[in-house]
Formats: sequence, structure tokens, C-alpha cells
Amino acid sequence: MKYTSLAISDPEQLVYGTAPNPITTRHGIVIGGGTVYPELNFTLPDLDIKKSTMPEVARHYRQIVQESLERAAELETPGVMLEFETLPPMTEFPEMGMEIVNILLEGIEEAHHKTGLKAALRVTPNDNREFIRPPLMRSGHYWEAMLSLFEQSAEAGAEFLSIESVGGKELHDDALVNGDLRTVLFSLCIMGVRDMRFLWDHIVAIARKHGVYAAGDTACGFGNTAMVLAERRMIPRVFASVVRAITAVRSLVAYECGAVGPGKDCGYENPILKAITGFPMSMEGKTAACAHLSPMGNLAAATADLWSNESVQNIKLLGGMAPTCYMEQLTYDCRLMNTASADGHEAHLHLRDWLVKSDAGYDPQAMILTPESSVQIAQAIVSAEDYYQAGIAAGRQAIAILRETSEAGCLKLNEREAGWLDRMESDFDDLPDTEEEFIEEMMDEVELDKFTPADYDLPSA
Amino acid sequence: MSTLEDLKTAVISGKRKDVKTIVPELLEAGEDPVNLLEEALIPAMGIVGERFKNNDIFVPEMLVSARAMKEAMKIIEPKLLEAGVKPKYKALIGTVEGDLHDIGKNLVATMWKGAGFDVIDLGVNVTPDKFVESIAEHQPDIVGLSALLTTTMPAMRETVTAIREAGHASVKILIGGAPITQTYANEIGADGYSRDAASAVEAAKEALAS
Ligand code: B1M
Repeated sequence: MKYTSLAISDPEQLVYGTAPNPITTRHGIVIGGGTVYPELNFTLPDLDIKKSTMPEVARHYRQIVQESLERAAELETPGVMLEFETLPPMTEFPEMGMEIVNILLEGIEEAHHKTGLKAALRVTPNDNREFIRPPLMRSGHYWEAMLSLFEQSAEAGAEFLSIESVGGKELHDDALVNGDLRTVLFSLCIMGVRDMRFLWDHIVAIARKHGVYAAGDTACGFGNTAMVLAERRMIPRVFASVVRAITAVRSLVAYECGAVGPGKDCGYENPILKAITGFPMSMEGKTAACAHLSPMGNLAAATADLWSNESVQNIKLLGGMAPTCYMEQLTYDCRLMNTASADGHEAHLHLRDWLVKSDAGYDPQAMILTPESSVQIAQAIVSAEDYYQAGIAAGRQAIAILRETSEAGCLKLNEREAGWLDRMESDFDDLPDTEEEFIEEMMDEVELDKFTPADYDLPSA
Repeated sequence: MSTLEDLKTAVISGKRKDVKTIVPELLEAGEDPVNLLEEALIPAMGIVGERFKNNDIFVPEMLVSARAMKEAMKIIEPKLLEAGVKPKYKALIGTVEGDLHDIGKNLVATMWKGAGFDVIDLGVNVTPDKFVESIAEHQPDIVGLSALLTTTMPAMRETVTAIREAGHASVKILIGGAPITQTYANEIGADGYSRDAASAVEAAKEALAS
């Protein structure tokens, strides 16, 4: 593993707006340089995406960029990131995706020209590889199309490249609904890590070729699936917390391969990654309730360098079109945070701590992502000798934090939840000592028809 | 000597090993396989489903029971077949074209199986044609469509239209998924809608009775 020490080892330094390794955009926004900026994310309403509907699709995105940036300029927002997270056909057929990329880039330049607004574009193609079951992870139409959209977007001027990659997810969904920690570990730290290395070597090469930033990945399909299931009381919240801690090991690989942030908004594991890498991170919380609910609406902002709404449909609300309304909400959230930090370190910390304290005691998933917990989990990860051990260390650290805080009365856990701490602890106790042994055992246990072992550099049986 | 009540308890607590010994014991003692199904297995899963609905248990616990029931079914299914007993309802289920979300759909399938439906799962990204072909092949009583993306809702509409245009007028269609509503179900001509897996059995039975 590349990282053996932390960029931020003092929780007091793990704060919103500031990262040890900031990034500067073409228009001069310094992300992680002291100011938190909104990152607006948007999607289509109920609409089929095909050649014949592209004029309508394009009209939506044109409206989104024009109206939301107009509002950002009116509110004198110091800088904005727009994230274009494509919808599957737009990556499968890159010409569709590129039509929208160009509309957004034009909109950004137009707003800059008219109002001086500084904005940048993050493009997040879909990881469509799982459209084939078992997925083809390293070749084929979906792989080629995804790389092509990355390449063309970078060439056209998108400054940041991201993805929500899915390597390892073939086994992970079932592992979640079955509360199966062994398979979670195998999916994230064996399969996920291997796929991330393969994928991110390619993304970083594209970014370097075009002089743009390889930003970062997220374990959305893993950690957020767990979070949504926990939110609906389908799986224990303590289980989702441990899964979240382990996801940091998988997401870290992007930075090991050369990504530099800002990490992607839906990576709730980002505070841990910020502590390890020092790169700026985008986060989402209360202002993303339009997309999904979460138990850490305030806490997520405590370490954010970009503040995002995750996704909202372009529909009409009373205040205006939804993306415009969300641009306003994000801007006000950021204004408050930036006002506090401008008042000095003490005020900065004060607001950060309020954001943390207002959520941490209510849910274990929030508790493991406080600045203190994030640094502890980050430390456990960088102290491990390989990804397998790092996954175990992160999970065990999360359990230790939950035990300690609930025993101290700082976290409410009901009996049903608390019982799962013991169950997970004993799952960890039962694991073999080495990654090699673990792989050998798991290759006998998992459903081999669900994935292609060779795509993960794994033996076929 | 084990009783139907013991089998029920074993399924509720997800004890697969116990199920494997109790079922043959009961059959050997002359218990009718239909009774096993209707007096023990389905009621057991009904209780599990109710507990899940009331947030008393988590999905992993529910799935342990579902697996225990599956174990029992492996043993009694051939006997039911021999006796010419067919499940009351046959169901097809799938996530519509362009959509890969399947956790919710899988839970609905589990609940249906728990209620004794014979469920054929077509998986994800299922085209309207595939639904139509599979209906012709399996002759189900009900078809379940799931969609999680607003952008695949039109595929759901197309699927309903394709099923009706193919002349499968009597098959009932139940739809669900995060962006789906009863209004949408009415609009596209589906026979029913369920907002979650816990209500999917009731919703299916209502649609079937309509
Ligand atoms: C037949 O009768 C019935 C009856 C009831 C039925 C039914 C059928 N089907 C469902 N129900 C009902 O019962 C179930 C159980 O109670 C319920 O099912 P649910 O599925 O609702 O509930 C599950 C138990 C738990 N819920 C879930 O599993 C869905 C949770 C969220 C977070 C979600 C997940 C997990 C995933 N995603 Co997706 N994902 C989101 C979801 C956010 C949300 N608010 O829903 C949503 C739906 N995704 C979205 C997006 C954008 C995407 N996702 C994508 C991918 C994924 C993952 C693969 C990572 C993962 C899916 C894992 C899987 N195997 O299913 C991509 C699309 C892939 C594709 N082609 O389908 C991608 C495009 C992301 C990307 N950039 O690549 C958003 C949709 C936006 C839109 N325009 O509609 C989204 C709302 C998240 C967001 N906030 O932006 C009921 O709806």
C-alpha cells in the first residue's frame, strides 16, 4: 500500500474548506484552499433517452446550466463546480454524453463571460460494465465506450474526471442483504481493490494526457447501498457503519494510482480519505435529501471542500427549477461555513464541531465519520500491511469506536443493533491470517458464475 | 416426534438443519405435503414477513428463514409434483430494460416465494420482448415489473403496452420501485402497485382478485 502515514493526523486539522493538497481550476477556484464551494448535480425528469429524444434531453441540460449559474452569479457565489453524472445511455453512446458535456462547457464559459462567475465541470461517466452478467471488466463495448467518454470529455475541457465504479459489486449486494461480512471484505478489499487499480491507471493516464484532474472514485454502490438499506431498517446501522469503514480501503486505491481529488460527493468515506491523502473532498448531506436520505446531514459538511446536492431532477418547484433552487441552498450552506472560517480558526472549529455534534450521537454511521473517528480509522488503514488487513483493521476500528461511544452514553444503540457488534467481531475473529489464505477459502465459498475471476487477477477455482 | 408446529418454529428461527430432519420425519409419519406447505411453511413465512414489516427483524434474519423454507421446498416439491399439486400462483418478475437496480425486486421475489408463489426471476435489464416471450413460455398469473430510475419509467410503460398488445390480457401486472406511484400505475394500465416488499404479497393478491 502506498500511504503509510496520514496527511492529517490531528483531528483539529480535519476541517471543511481546507486540505493540505488543494487544487486550482482553470478559472482560479482553489478547492481545499480555505473556501467551500457548491457542487451542483442534476438529472433528468421521467424521460427516455434515445436519439429521437436528444433535443429534449439537451434542452433540459441547457436550461439547468443557464438558470443555475445565473442564480449562482446573482448570489455572488465565489465559485461553482458542476457535476455531470451521465445517465447510462449517455456513456454507452459517448456521442450523446458529449453533446451534453459541450452544452455544459459552453454554459460555464457563457456565464463566465457575462458575469465573471468561476465554474468548472466534473464529468462522471457511468460504469456500465455490469450491464453484462457476469460483467466484462477489462474489455468489450461498455469498457471501450466508458474510456471514450472520459477521453473526449477531457479533450473538450472537462477539468475533473470521476466515476462510481462497480468492481466487486457482483457479490456485494447479496453480502449486504445477508449481513455477510466475509463477502463484504472479499468484494471490497480483494475484488474492488484489484479493479480500482486497473481502472484508475487508465483514468489517470487519460487525465494526464489532456492536462486535467483525475479526481476520485466512490464506493457508492457499496457504502451508500448499505446506508440506504440501513435507513429503511433493512440491515443494521452498525453493519452499514462497518461496511462504510471498509469502503475507504477500496476508494483509497484511486489516489494511490494518481487521483488528486476532489473526491466524489457520494463517498461518505471521504473524511477518512482526506485524512490519509490530504486531497480535497466533495461531500453531500442534508442538501442531498432530494436524492436520498442519510443519517448525517450536518456532519457530512464538517470536512467538505465542495458541498453537493448529489442529484435532483430538472422539475419545476415553486421557487424555480429544482437545480436552481438547489444551487441557492448549497450557496447559502457554503456562505455560512465560509463566514465562520473567515472569523478565524476558533470560529471555524466551532461551526465544524456543531455540525459534528448535531448528528454524531444519533446514528453509528455518523459516529464513525466524526473527525476523531475518521482519523482513527485512517490510521488503522495506513498501519496495515495489505488491503485485506487494512479492511479488517478499518472494520475493527469502527466496531471499537461504536462500542466505546455507546458505552460512554454518547451514542444510542438499541439491543438489536448492539447484538450485531458481537456478531461482526466474531466474524472478524474467524478470518484467516493472510490474504492468500482468505482468497483460497473464498474462492470455494463464493458463487463463481457471478464474476470472472481472471478480470480480478484471481485464480479461476 | 416432530410436529408441524416444530417445522414452523424451525423456519421462523432459520434453522436449516432442523428443517432438513423435521420435513422427512413428518412425511414419513404420513403428513400430507400440502399440509406442510399450507399449515407450516407459508404461515411461518407470513409471521417472518409480518415481523419484517414491523421492523422487528432485519433482512438478513428474514433471508435465513427464507433459506430454511427453500430447504423444505427442495424436499416437498417433488412430492407435490407427484401428487399433481401446483402452486396457487405463478409469477414472473424482472427489472425493466436499461435498469440494473435489483435489491428491491429481489426482496419482492423473496416475499412472493414466502407466500407460496412459484416465482421465475428474469433478472435485470429485461426488454419488453423478453417479458412477452417469457409470459408465453411460462403462462404466469402475475408479472412484476421494477424500475428505480426515472429514465427507465418509460421502459416500464413500454413493457406494459407490449404485454397487452401481445394479447396477454388476463395476466395481472404489478409494478413498483422508488419513483413509481399508484398514479403512474393507473396511467400506464398496470393492475397494481406496491410501495415496498412487505406489502407486495397483499398487493399481488389484490391485483389477482381484481
Ligand atoms: C413488482 O412489484 C414491485 C413492488 C415493489 C417494488 C418493486 C417491484 N421494486 C421495488 N419495490 C419496492 O419494494 C422494495 C423493497 O421494499 C423497494 O425497492 P427499492 O429498490 O426502492 O429499495 C431497496 C430495498 C433499497 N434501495 C436500493 O437498493 C436503491 C438505493 C439507491 C441508493 C441506488 C443504488 C443502491 C444503486 N444504484 Co442507483 N441507486 C439509487 C437509489 C436511491 C433511492 N433513493 O432509491 C438511484 C435510484 N440510482 C440512481 C442513479 C442515477 C444510478 N444508480 C445506478 C447504480 C446503482 C448501483 C448499481 C450502484 C446500486 C444498485 C444496486 C442494485 N443491485 O440494485 C446507476 C444506474 C445503473 C442502472 N443502469 O440501473 C446510476 C445512473 C448512477 C450512475 N451514475 O451510474 C438515482 C436515480 C436518479 C434518476 N434519474 O432516477 C438514485 C435515486 C440515486 C440518486 N440519489 O441519485 C421499493 O421500491
